[in-house]
Amino acid sequence: MNLQNILQLGIKELRSLLRDPVMVALIVYAFSLSIYTASSAMPETLSKATIAIVDEDRSPLSSRIVSAFTPPYFMPPDMINTTQMDILMDEGQNTFALDIPPNFQRDLLAGEVPAIQLNIDATRMSQAFTGNGYIQQIVTSEVSEFANSYRAAPDLPVDLTLRARYNPEMDGGWFGAIDNVITSITMLSIILTGAALIREKEHGTVEHLLVMPVTTIEIMVSKIWAMGLVVLVASVFAIVVVVQGVLDVPIQGSVLLFLLGTVLMLIATNSLGIFLATLGGTMPQFGLLLMLVLLPLQVLSGGLTPRESMPDVIQNLMLLAPNTHFVILSQAILLRGAGLSVVWPQLLALAAIGAVLFFLSLARFRRFLR
Amino acid sequence: MTEAVEMADTVEPGPVAHVSALGLRYGTTEALNNVTLDIPAGRMVGLIGPDGVGKSSLLAILAGARIIQNGEVMVLGGDMRSRRHRTTICPRIAYMPQGLGKNLYPTLSVFENVDFFGRLFGHGKAERERRITELLESTGMGPFADRPAGKLSGGMKQKLGLCCALIHDPDFLILDEPTTGVDPLSRRQFWDLIDDIRKGRPQMSVIVATAYMEEAARFDWLVAMNAGEVLATGTPARLLEKTGTQTLDDAFIALLPEEDRAGHRRVVIPPREAGANEESAIEAEHLTMRFGDFTAVDDVSFRIPKGEIFGFLGSNGCGKTTTMKMLTGLLEPSEGVANLFGHEVDPRNLDVRRRVGFMSQGFSLYTQLTVRQNLDLHARLFGMEAEKIPTRIQEMEDYFHLDEVMDILPDALPLGMRQRLSLAVAMIHSPEILILDEPTSGVDPVARDGFWQILSDLSRNDGVTIFVSTHFMNEAELCDRISLMHAGKVMVSDTAQAITESKGAANLEEAFIAYLADAIEENGAAAQDAPEMTAPDATPHKPARQNRFFGLGRMMSYTRLEALQLRRDPIRATLALLGSVILMFVIGYGISMDVEDLSFAVLDRDQTTTSRDYILDISGSRYFTEQEPLTSYENLDERMRAGNLSLALEIPPGFARSVARGRPVEVGAWIDGANPNRAETVRGYVQGMHAAWLTAKAREIYGDAATTGDFELMTRYRYNPDVKSIMAIVPAVVPLLLLIIPAMLTALSVVREKELGSIVNLYVTPVTRLEFLLGKQLPYVVLAMLNFVTLVAFAVFIFQVPVTGSLLTLSLAALIYVMATTAMGLLISTMISSQIAAILATALITLIPGAQYSGLIDPVSSLQGIGRLIGEIYPTTYFILISRGTFSKALDFQNLSGQFVPLLIAVPVILGLGTALLKKQAK
Repeated sequence: MNLQNILQLGIKELRSLLRDPVMVALIVYAFSLSIYTASSAMPETLSKATIAIVDEDRSPLSSRIVSAFTPPYFMPPDMINTTQMDILMDEGQNTFALDIPPNFQRDLLAGEVPAIQLNIDATRMSQAFTGNGYIQQIVTSEVSEFANSYRAAPDLPVDLTLRARYNPEMDGGWFGAIDNVITSITMLSIILTGAALIREKEHGTVEHLLVMPVTTIEIMVSKIWAMGLVVLVASVFAIVVVVQGVLDVPIQGSVLLFLLGTVLMLIATNSLGIFLATLGGTMPQFGLLLMLVLLPLQVLSGGLTPRESMPDVIQNLMLLAPNTHFVILSQAILLRGAGLSVVWPQLLALAAIGAVLFFLSLARFRRFLR
Repeated sequence: MTEAVEMADTVEPGPVAHVSALGLRYGTTEALNNVTLDIPAGRMVGLIGPDGVGKSSLLAILAGARIIQNGEVMVLGGDMRSRRHRTTICPRIAYMPQGLGKNLYPTLSVFENVDFFGRLFGHGKAERERRITELLESTGMGPFADRPAGKLSGGMKQKLGLCCALIHDPDFLILDEPTTGVDPLSRRQFWDLIDDIRKGRPQMSVIVATAYMEEAARFDWLVAMNAGEVLATGTPARLLEKTGTQTLDDAFIALLPEEDRAGHRRVVIPPREAGANEESAIEAEHLTMRFGDFTAVDDVSFRIPKGEIFGFLGSNGCGKTTTMKMLTGLLEPSEGVANLFGHEVDPRNLDVRRRVGFMSQGFSLYTQLTVRQNLDLHARLFGMEAEKIPTRIQEMEDYFHLDEVMDILPDALPLGMRQRLSLAVAMIHSPEILILDEPTSGVDPVARDGFWQILSDLSRNDGVTIFVSTHFMNEAELCDRISLMHAGKVMVSDTAQAITESKGAANLEEAFIAYLADAIEENGAAAQDAPEMTAPDATPHKPARQNRFFGLGRMMSYTRLEALQLRRDPIRATLALLGSVILMFVIGYGISMDVEDLSFAVLDRDQTTTSRDYILDISGSRYFTEQEPLTSYENLDERMRAGNLSLALEIPPGFARSVARGRPVEVGAWIDGANPNRAETVRGYVQGMHAAWLTAKAREIYGDAATTGDFELMTRYRYNPDVKSIMAIVPAVVPLLLLIIPAMLTALSVVREKELGSIVNLYVTPVTRLEFLLGKQLPYVVLAMLNFVTLVAFAVFIFQVPVTGSLLTLSLAALIYVMATTAMGLLISTMISSQIAAILATALITLIPGAQYSGLIDPVSSLQGIGRLIGEIYPTTYFILISRGTFSKALDFQNLSGQFVPLLIAVPVILGLGTALLKKQAK
């Protein structure tokens, strides 16, 4: 390997990219507006959940419960009757419907343990699950406060003090912002190397390189460092300016350590891009392959939904993807302030995946060029 | 339309086209400068001049393919600036753009290509088939009707292009360099065919651009162009007379302005010294190259001594380039050996590469780097010492006269200059062998002579061995020795003179044709070209009646085209179908909202039965698994930071005592908030368990008196009583997949035509922009619906997620939805001009909004800011509602009609935008 060649070829890649204003604009968009929009769109856990209440009791207690549902967690409740309940839920107007039965207050005070029915639209995924917890808590606290004044026996004064660490407000945007940076890193690094390689083949410039005293490994390494540098610079911008500055997410750990992880990640994903290009051969096929790879990487790496909840097969399968390790590493460093002593297994995994992908694509790269 | 018919029957009075004060700029480059010209009707008009002087631009403007920036152009009696006039006359014009088969579709067969154009011009089935048969027979293409256009030789491609141009009986035929790169025999046949057609239709006007001056001699009337200006017009005889020259080549040079001619002299290459170095530089022994069952190079042998100029003469596709690639190590020969400097070519031997300079066909330097940057990059890659590079670049600059262009991008240079730059780059490292693949195609005569002068000097003064390929006879004559190549074989190798004499021919061209004729005879009639050609029947055909605003037939011809192309690339369709099923599996199983097996640990400072009872409630649930107890706050910190704990509990000392005596006491709980979704669930679980424990404990202590104020909250998860994530996810994954895959399929369909050149068919045929887009969209809508059926089948039968509502409603919505998603891809494709950017843009505008703003995980109503806004207008949002409604909620059309409205609005809006942004002319 001739370092001089790798340097020169990489500079050529950078100059080429700078001359394509549409690409530059799209890259800037992917690391600024796109991340900003996606992160600021995320609701702060439970937000503006729609709830309807059928109040068949019409007692002081039931109106006390009704008035407890307030923004920002809930929209003001829709007061409806039993027949409307099904229709509104079918139409997707309400995620929750609470049915307070007749004589609820009377039965409660008589110690008859009456039942309140809570209907949840289970197709609403996350909101359905978190909302359930909120509603249970709201109703319970309203009822027990009300009941306390009537009760003979006192409540047990055992309090549960809950604190969320690393994100006291449980602001979904923090986690989302980092996940969106990772999504952009993955997307850009695969497309920049992969599609650029196919373009060079289509325009015949790769051939030109091959008659020069340049080896395939030099060509590949130069593409990886040049495109990796572009994405790395963009990531620093995204983390420091967009995530930390504009979105106001407190970064706990060392950005430098995160960048080390990013470098390893980029080697892996850039190699993956080259690998896909050698599989596809033409732009239309590459485009499809890209989608088939990007979607699982984005959805299953643990960024969008927690990894623990995935079936073991998927969890283990996704250990092969660089994103999974990168998501774990980024969360640990950026949100929990973890250091090298904690994230070294992820760094190691990224390096290993990167090495495998690199040599795999190098082997195919040679064949692809001939 | 009747008016057009009448006009076609009479010979046009006056000029067929009138151009005045026409100007055209590309950025800062002036392509046409104040051109004023009358083109006579009913004649064969030749446009001569080197590449890059504005010939192609002028022809494109005459054909209506390019927008008129300045000046006036009247064609067939009307103003070409008026869209109405262009629409009216475009069925009377036929335009064949430059480049071999550039407006043809390589995967379509010969018949299908002609058929496509026939349909565009609206001929009925019987009429179309009659015409196609007639045209193919008369051009000798009949036997090859089923062969894909991409597999034709250059000459045959051009004949096919001509068939496609003639299918609608044009009154004005515009041919842009139809014979460049075609072998001399096919070239001759091509012109005979045009002559025959003109005999049958004498009213037809023809204008042809050509770089071969010898061809121009047979035209009726010539326009000589240079640097965007018309130098002279007149009959060939008149031009010769005016300049007092013998050949058009010389006449053209004489017409050039003084400064362009300065320093020009005929190239004379001194003979090689007899007995000069006979050591061989390049040796080929029985080289053979096969691609599949096609033999590109067949048993080729030759030997080139050091310092010789050796030429390969042959048409495009005869194997010249393949042979050169084998010599440079780019291709490994199937059989035979290639030697450079007495050693076998080894692609791994970088030292040999340093001694060779290669200039590949076409321009393959980096167009994004300036001239200087290109030279510098190559010097460095060839390992020249850094301090010597500036001197060498200066030398090249002087030698090739590049001084004024050093800091310009190569794209802005005229072709002749670019070829000089390519050669400079190939020689920057002072190689001993130069391999040049068609270095002068499209270069004007003056520049060509200058180029050959350089080659002469290199060979004779510096002893550089030069191996060059060409299809120009006069260049071949300059070589020391040449090989005539045809269909992968070397027919003869000798000096030009000896070859001419061997056939007793008048010149090299005649000799070449004689050799070609021999070769064809040897291979029997089935070889390259059927020699007999007759003009098509001259009886006037019925012109087709067409609706100007929307033609179903024209739209369907694009549909057929796209469908055929899709069928010829089965990998794409398979990837789309199979890939989405795989994705559905992975994502359907993967996304899950059921949070289980959360890790927790306890710092128990009480260590009593009560505290253990409290812990047991949590560790006993299926949601939590207990880890080793915590030993201290530091231990808690450390394990939580590493992400090993989702929940940590602290039970204070004296917990049991306090509970028993009813004294206030606090249990501390820390949740890892880094993943808020999970944290939220943990909070819910812990609070619930805490409350349950309290109730149980209270009852234990106070008995029934504690039940006052107790109630039950019965939770019913509707539509998905078992709360299986898969029930909620699968109906939402279908919309996501029907978004990203169809959008990616269509996103490249227009931009690809732009990159490959066939977009010109949109410019010059009667097809409207909407017909073009709809036609392209239709096959992908069908493919996407196929995809939909597969996905639903998998959802129902494999995932056991039943469609409880109306399947018909779901299908109808899917149809409208995929029309919207394919239209999104088309919209990107019309806006963006490079394939990479189109891929990136598609990924950006489908993946993120699809997965995050459309209610897949969080309902749109809970989103904020711009994301919410996008979610509100994004089609996927509404299709997810319909999909979940019909899959899980047992709903039918009546319940869901409201969600159809946004989908129905989206389709015409996106398509309308695409149509508005698509250009019907090149800028």
